Amino acid sequence: MADIVSPLPGIFYRKPGPDKDPYVNEGDPIEAGQTIGVVEIMKQFSEIRSDVSGTLESFSVEDTGTVNPGDVIATVSEN
Amino acid sequence: MAFNILEPGLATSVQDQGRLGYYHVGIPQGGAMDQLSASMANALVGNAASDAVLECAYLGPKFTTDADTVIAITGAPVAIFVNGTAVEQWTRLPLTAGDEVSFGMLTGGTRYYIAVHGGIDVPSVLGSRSTYALGALGGLHGRTLAAGDTVPVGDGAGTPPRERRESIPDELRPAYAKDITVRVLPGLYDHRLTAHGMDTLVTASWTLTPVADRTGLRYAGPDVEWQPRTQPFGAGSDPSNIVDAGYAIGSIQVPGGKEPIVLHRDAVSGGGYAMVATVISADMDLVARSAPGTQTHFEPVTMDQALAARADAARIRRAVWV
Repeated sequence: MADIVSPLPGIFYRKPGPDKDPYVNEGDPIEAGQTIGVVEIMKQFSEIRSDVSGTLESFSVEDTGTVNPGDVIATVSEN
Repeated sequence: MAFNILEPGLATSVQDQGRLGYYHVGIPQGGAMDQLSASMANALVGNAASDAVLECAYLGPKFTTDADTVIAITGAPVAIFVNGTAVEQWTRLPLTAGDEVSFGMLTGGTRYYIAVHGGIDVPSVLGSRSTYALGALGGLHGRTLAAGDTVPVGDGAGTPPRERRESIPDELRPAYAKDITVRVLPGLYDHRLTAHGMDTLVTASWTLTPVADRTGLRYAGPDVEWQPRTQPFGAGSDPSNIVDAGYAIGSIQVPGGKEPIVLHRDAVSGGGYAMVATVISADMDLVARSAPGTQTHFEPVTMDQALAARADAARIRRAVWV
């Protein structure tokens, strides 16, 4: 299992826009470098990516939830 | 010499002590949000307090130096790496040409500062090298850093770094607490609040929201009650509206009675929200260090207390340069 951690504080979004589909859902396969969401701080959106390939097992933060640096956003089971 | 920017970080900008004297024509003072930390970084590398530094917010840059030099990093606690090896914050760091500097995760606060011997040598605009990104003024091309930028560094007048101090002693380093008390001077428009509204402002625990940048910081908490009135000509319809007036850096407005905003160093210079109190100048650095989620209490003080606090802050700043 690998944790995906937010490097910065802000609001976590699972979707690229309000009317868009989520970047990835729980149970989906995921590639290393793939974006799983964005964190908004200071009117800027920073993409949060997975360092590993595998299956996205679970999100630890809700859509539009607040995150702090070091918070685990999601967990990936590696291939 | 220069720094070559490989990754820019979230919002890395050139800042100094600010561009004073133009607020009346709409150009804010700007400058390092946390002036004390920026000054300490300059002291460590043998600069003057007025030399320009790099201000990093949350995510720092990755850069290389093209010449041997000395840097120092102060401010919010963060992991620092030179060629991948962890190094100390609040201390002089000698670099060799080609060295790569990068940053890990922040463990508190918001901003940290990179000073380099000789200072960041961008052109001075209206007396300052500070970046005012909203106005595309100062700094490197009037903006935050981008990948591929070459950031010029001054030659320090050819002098080697003065051996002022090797590191900043623990007792002089600012704290990055999650619960802070910020001193404010009531006014100019505190009479527009009810007694209950003013009591709420100065007794509630306010939570800093992620809506916080160089312009201002927004806080969540209870509603603040305004006196009802027939709005005068020129003022908006909400009781928190006034006929447009000049804003002070540090002034607190409460649009609609919800979520107070503390204006900071890149704030607009005027508008139509009543300013119910103003953060004293000695505590502006403290506000700048706050990370989202910080519990903040506004404590009213008198002008005499504010001036005494300013003198105390000046003594701490001077101690850095001994």
